[in-house]
Amino acid sequence: MATHSAQLIACHDCDLLQQEIPLNSGCAASCSRCGAILYRNATDSINRTLAYTLAASVLFVIANIFPIFAIEVQGGGREINLSGAVRYLWEQQMKSVSLLVVLTTILIPALELVTMSYLLLALKLRIVPVGHRILLRMINIVGPWIMIDVFMLGVLVSLVKLTNSFQVIPGVALWSFGALTFLYAATSASFSARDVWARLDRKPGVEMAA
Amino acid sequence: MTKLTMSAAEQGLCSCHICNLVSRRPGGETPAHCPRCGARLHFRKPGSVSRCWALLIAAYVLYIPANLLTIMETGSLFNYRKDTIVSGVVHLWKTGSWLIAVIVFIASVTIPLLKLISLTLLLISVQRRSKWHPRQRTRLYRLVELVGRWSMLDIYVVALLAALVQLGSIATVKAGPGALAFGAVVVLTMFASMQFDPRLIWDPLQKERTL
Repeated sequence: MATHSAQLIACHDCDLLQQEIPLNSGCAASCSRCGAILYRNATDSINRTLAYTLAASVLFVIANIFPIFAIEVQGGGREINLSGAVRYLWEQQMKSVSLLVVLTTILIPALELVTMSYLLLALKLRIVPVGHRILLRMINIVGPWIMIDVFMLGVLVSLVKLTNSFQVIPGVALWSFGALTFLYAATSASFSARDVWARLDRKPGVEMAA
Repeated sequence: MTKLTMSAAEQGLCSCHICNLVSRRPGGETPAHCPRCGARLHFRKPGSVSRCWALLIAAYVLYIPANLLTIMETGSLFNYRKDTIVSGVVHLWKTGSWLIAVIVFIASVTIPLLKLISLTLLLISVQRRSKWHPRQRTRLYRLVELVGRWSMLDIYVVALLAALVQLGSIATVKAGPGALAFGAVVVLTMFASMQFDPRLIWDPLQKERTL
C-alpha cells in the first residue's frame, strides 16, 4: 500500500479514492463519481505562471499609483485612485469596510504576487525556496480573497452610475485593472500546485547536481 | 479511471487539503501532519457542520440590516437620495441602465440569497444523512463556492463613489451603515462555505456499501 499511495488521489469533493493517470497537456482529470476536477496537466506550468505573475506585478503597481478615473466638475477635476477611495472610507467612519477593500484588492493580491514570484523564481533557478511549505499553504488559504476581477466590475458599474450626471475621464489605472483581471485569470489557469510539489519532491540530489 | 469504489477515509487514508498528497493517517486522536507540506491532516474538516451553522446563522441575522439600512447616501443641489441595496437597483433600472441594474441585482440580491438558502439546504441534508441526489448537491456546493465572491460588487461601488465625498457644492456621496452589514454578510457566507465539507454529502452512501 505504501508504495502504491504515491499514485493515489482522493477527490476533494467526495473523497473517492482513484488512481492517477497520465494526461495529455492541457487536459484535466475529473472525478468519476462527482465530476470535480481532480488535477490538470497545465502546459509548461511553472514558466508560464512566472511570466504572468511578473507581468501582473508591473501592472499592479501602475494600477495602484495612477487614477482610475477623473470627474470633471466646474472649476476643476477630481481624480480617484484605489488608495484614495480606501482613505475616504476610513475617514467616513467605515473602517471595517475600508479594511475589507484594502485586504481584498491591495494587500492580499500584493502578498500573493510577491510570494508566487519568489517561489517560482527559486524553482526556475533550481533552488529549494526557503519556507516553501508555509508559503504554499498561505497561497492556498488567501486565494479566494483576491477580488481584482470583482473590483474591476465594480469600477465599471461606478463608471456607468457616474456618467449619468458627470463628465468622466478614464485613467491609466482603469486599463491596468482591466489587463490585470485577465492576467490573474491566466495565472490561476496556468498555476498547478501539483507541478510545484512534484518539482519539489524530486529535487534533493538530482536537481542540485544538475 | 480505476475500479476503486472506496473513499479514502474508509481505507484509513487521508488526503491533504493543501497539497493533495494521500497518506496513511495513524489511528487514534493524535494529531497528524502531512508528510509533504506539514499541514494538519483530517479525514473531514473538523466541526464542519456546527461551524458552518454558526457562521450561517450570523449571516442570516446580518442579512436583515444589510437590506433595510441605507447603503449609500447621495446628495446634489437638486435631489437627495438614501439608497438601500434594492432601491439602488430599482433606481438604476428606472434611469435606463438596464444591463447594470441586472448585474447589480444578480451580485447583490440573487447571489447572497442563493448562498444562504443553498448552504441551509446542504447542512440540513447532511445532518439528516440524506442520500438524495449527492451529485447535484455537490454541484450546488461548487456553484456556491464559485459565485460567492461576486457579491462584493456593491461594496466596491460604494467605496469608489464615496471617494467623491467632497465635490464641493455639486454633490456628496456617503457610505451608509448598510454597507457594513452587507460586507459582513458576504464575508460570513464565504467563511461558511469554506467550512462546509462536501465529502459529508457522500458519507451516508459509503456507509451503506460497506454494510
